Amino acid sequence: MSALLLGHDDEPALAEEDVPGPVIDLVDARKTYTTGAITFEALRGVTLRIDRGEYVAIMGPSGSGKSTLMNILGCLDVLTSGSYALAGHDVADLDEEDLADIRNREVGFVFQQFHLLPSLSAKGNVMLPLTYRQNPGQSARAARRAREEAAVRALDRVGLADKAPNRPGQMSGGQQQRVAVARALVGEPALILADEPTGNLDSSSTDDVLALFDELHASGRTVVLITHEDEVASRAARVVRVRDGLIAEDTGARSFPTAVTEQGATA
Amino acid sequence: MSWRETLLTGWSSIRAHSMRSLLTTLGILIGIAAVILTVGLGLGTQKDVSAQISSLGSNLLIVTPGSSIDSSGMRGGFGSAATLTTSDVEALDSSVATPDVDAVAAERSTSLSVEAGDTNWTTTVTGVTADWLEVRSRTLSSGEFVDPDSTSQVVLGSEAATELFGSTDVVGRSVTISDLPFTVVGVLDSAGSSSETNLDDLAVLPLAVVGSDLIGTNPTTVSTIYLKAVDTTVISAAYQEAETLLLNLHGITNADSADFSISSQDALVETATSVYRTLTVLLTGIAALSLLVGGIGVMNIMLVSVTERTREIGLRKALGAPPRVIRRQFLTEASILGLAGGVLGVGLGVVAALTLPSVLGSSIVVSGVAIAGSIAVALGIGLLFGTYPAARAARLAPIDALRSE
Repeated sequence: MSALLLGHDDEPALAEEDVPGPVIDLVDARKTYTTGAITFEALRGVTLRIDRGEYVAIMGPSGSGKSTLMNILGCLDVLTSGSYALAGHDVADLDEEDLADIRNREVGFVFQQFHLLPSLSAKGNVMLPLTYRQNPGQSARAARRAREEAAVRALDRVGLADKAPNRPGQMSGGQQQRVAVARALVGEPALILADEPTGNLDSSSTDDVLALFDELHASGRTVVLITHEDEVASRAARVVRVRDGLIAEDTGARSFPTAVTEQGATA
Repeated sequence: MSWRETLLTGWSSIRAHSMRSLLTTLGILIGIAAVILTVGLGLGTQKDVSAQISSLGSNLLIVTPGSSIDSSGMRGGFGSAATLTTSDVEALDSSVATPDVDAVAAERSTSLSVEAGDTNWTTTVTGVTADWLEVRSRTLSSGEFVDPDSTSQVVLGSEAATELFGSTDVVGRSVTISDLPFTVVGVLDSAGSSSETNLDDLAVLPLAVVGSDLIGTNPTTVSTIYLKAVDTTVISAAYQEAETLLLNLHGITNADSADFSISSQDALVETATSVYRTLTVLLTGIAALSLLVGGIGVMNIMLVSVTERTREIGLRKALGAPPRVIRRQFLTEASILGLAGGVLGVGLGVVAALTLPSVLGSSIVVSGVAIAGSIAVALGIGLLFGTYPAARAARLAPIDALRSE
């Protein structure tokens, strides 16, 4: 944990704006799964850099390694080799506890199945990431009030302030996904990582949610969206296509020779 | 995540499956109820035994005459001889030789006919010394005790009084025993009857009157000496002192050939505790098995809960819950189940402790320590059997957990 805290001299929200450098800096990332005698290389050397404020769609057929890439980017899994820095934190060697903390502070997930807890209200669901964040030096009551205020602000931002007391079961799919986006926003993460966010939505709800991502992008958020729909990908300024564990095409790829050499040298 | 939130989350997930949770706690409930009853029965038996002992006179040692050896060398049975005398009583009463003996009372009894007017009743006529009331733990319901120096006073047991006069309000009435006139000066409170003797059918007179006026032979002989030890902790010391003193007085060097025997109430306590011990073993077995089964029930239901909530666990982990917070969440739920079983079990145990004594005939004492201890044990069982499911939840990989259906 101490290694992590060193990178957190400032509030995460400030860090996002003040600390320069890419949000995602993945160099020669490899991920190998071994099941018994069979080894499978899901990622075979992926180098990807995404700067602050970018809106990137990652596309690829199933089995291309796109899900593995998303798990790596979201710190849900660790690399077999290569290096990955998320918002300036090298996460290659972190243990589960520190990975949980990085996810909590730097990643806002939006899932295809929404993954809202049915027993909690919309506000309760949005507050969830903040309840797992340690705020030393703050009384329990003050922390709770701060979390509630942040949750209401996030719900307001997705246009659902009036649904705060409602349970997920009382909301439409589009509304549920917007609550999930509010939950992704509430912790002021460096990265919003959406995995097929419109896969379970009808076309009008899809438009609502995609419009929300557009707004977030316009307000300077970094959004990475994993999808297989060209229509969804077309909203993004940059499209990264993954095939057979490699990046097949990157419409916005820029060359960062110095950064790559430095990272390559340290890795 | 604060403790308050952890507890609230745990409580709401238990409430979400209230029937299942209730059934899960059943094993622990029965186990804890059995623990409360076991301890209660133990304490109740102790209370019963000490009540019985104090009804006979607390801290009591009983000296009875032993075997006598006649001129031909034949040894008589215990109690057959007239080896105890009033001088033995006086010696035992002196605190120099027997510092742990608090009080001494001697008796000499015989069966005689007591007459009151036309009524004639054969009862145990007992000559006693001054401390008899205290040593035997008897009390008077009316009047006063016989003056040891008087020759015409008698105190009647409640049953003897009723048989003779039809009531116990008989102070001042006259009776005749062996043609000698006596005045009733007091009536004893009822003490019930033991298996051998009826403690209420007797006439109490001064020892000297019974020895010399009513029996006549061996006027200094006594049939039983009761010794009251200073307290229960020195009973064996008092026993030793009395034995040594009497052996010396009777000029006997070998304790095996003593012409008296001293018994304590250990035998009574033995009987009572052996009954209690059987019940305790039975109930402890039930308690241990129920708690084990209950604990496995908690583990089972927690494993079900972990499986059912795999996606929730995956989500919480993805949102940044570290493994220890997940573990704590499930341990808390298991503990709540254990605690609920404990509290309900204590409730059942207390209800049983209040209703069973009327059926069983033995008292059950509910102790605060047993209640607190049982609840702690129930909580501990929840924790112990929740450890494995909680560890499993904490180990779940978030990616797999999120994908599960």
